[in-house]
Amino acid sequence: MSDKARDGAFDDWLDAIEDDSGYYVECENGHGWLPPRRVCPDCGSRDLSETPLPDAGEVATFTEVSVATPQFSADTPYVTAIVDYGPVRVTGLLRGADPDDVDVGMPVGIGVGERETTGDRAVVFRPR
Amino acid sequence: MSHPRVTGVGLTPFGEHSERTGRDLFAEAGLAALDDSGVDPDDVEALFYGNFMGELAEHQGHQAPLMAEAVGLDVPATRYEAACASSGAAVREAVRHLRSGEADVILVGGSERMTNIGTAGATDALSIAADDLYEIRAGMTFPGAYALMARAYFREFGGSREDLAAVAVKNHDHALPNEHAQLRKEITVEDALGAPMVADPLGLYDACPITDGASAAVLTSAEYAAEHGLGASVAVTGTGQGGDNLALHDRENLARSPAASEAAEEAYADAGVAPDDVDIAEVHDCFTIAEVLAIESLGLCEPGEGIAAARDGKTHATGETPVNLSGGLKAKGHPVGATGVAQVVSLTKVLEGESAWADDVGDARVGVAHNAGGTVASATVHVLEVVA
Repeated sequence: MSDKARDGAFDDWLDAIEDDSGYYVECENGHGWLPPRRVCPDCGSRDLSETPLPDAGEVATFTEVSVATPQFSADTPYVTAIVDYGPVRVTGLLRGADPDDVDVGMPVGIGVGERETTGDRAVVFRPR
Repeated sequence: MSHPRVTGVGLTPFGEHSERTGRDLFAEAGLAALDDSGVDPDDVEALFYGNFMGELAEHQGHQAPLMAEAVGLDVPATRYEAACASSGAAVREAVRHLRSGEADVILVGGSERMTNIGTAGATDALSIAADDLYEIRAGMTFPGAYALMARAYFREFGGSREDLAAVAVKNHDHALPNEHAQLRKEITVEDALGAPMVADPLGLYDACPITDGASAAVLTSAEYAAEHGLGASVAVTGTGQGGDNLALHDRENLARSPAASEAAEEAYADAGVAPDDVDIAEVHDCFTIAEVLAIESLGLCEPGEGIAAARDGKTHATGETPVNLSGGLKAKGHPVGATGVAQVVSLTKVLEGESAWADDVGDARVGVAHNAGGTVASATVHVLEVVA
């Protein structure tokens, strides 16, 4: 890995998930987003607060990727999923389940894992 | 309002030209468009040019002046980048300039060199249309993103891989007589279902190929076309653009493309037409599911009904509203930055009666072009009409 600068709010967010204290940012109208956000793209509110990410989310959609970018070549095949946490959704790798057993609505927890190809950190969901 | 005319069009063959530089590809298309138009090159006032991955594929930024030079023009030249909708955005800006009287003659076009970096390199380059932090780092690829949308669509509205295969079969059939198309090969539903998976539920035949190629069109004001006796019979009568959150997970509905719906509503209102008036469409079928989402956003089908359109023959050349007579991105090929203008080129030819499908669609008067970027965070729609 190159000696890269941290991607501030994103890496802070991954750190928090690693510490089991994941969060999202929410405006007073209940719109949820991933950081960093200074303004809600839905309603323009600038009153955003960090809110704890619920313990478990549900798979909204998923795919098993067979043809990957070079940065994921050794991870292939792998499952990428979008998981619904109520006001916010998160995209991540889904591990710990046979792809044939994954389905929409499946409850999953969130953590941080390593990309096999590069060792870079990645959001990883696992079945609950 | 006087509508800008399409006075000349040009394309390279779409396909694998891995050893041809971007500047050479664009020179071929641009010179063909200038020659086709009959416009004096000295009258061209600007180049609006679309390109997406030039920095990654050719280590070449600042491409627009290079491309103007390649076609022998010394004019202001600007590159438009909106992922796969780059040259659709260039067309829109050209139309607005021509309408406002800022200019009378603009060359629009685009090009992309992709096969020189291989499948893995192109997959990587295409992926950067997504959110790097929150999508690409979670393994999102471009086919993967559309696979996520396809599964969400199936979940909400029903549909199957067979329905998607029917889109691929149709577009391959349409491409057979297109001499510019990359994949001129008849396929069957069984071929599509038996092809290797790329990102389930999408297989290889659900995806457009990786393509090198360029496109160009000379757009002029109606007044200029009349004064110079150019006899251009096709005008761009409506333009629209829509935007959405970049990351797919931030969309309210994962099975819809509202940016394209907004672009379509704006373009239809601009042209004074309704979806029922549309005779033919060229839509952004980078994946089979994308054509389904596109025809729903264009109002050619109700939400949830687009999945059956190809299977039922509605969108075939012989059907009610032919879609992608060129073969679409799926079979014609998808040199990303060239695609938006290539759609305008294809529609213009059909509306002028120059199409292998003329016996089926010879009386078409209204065409619509739908160009989408990323997972449709950018979309442009243009209405083209026969006006003379």
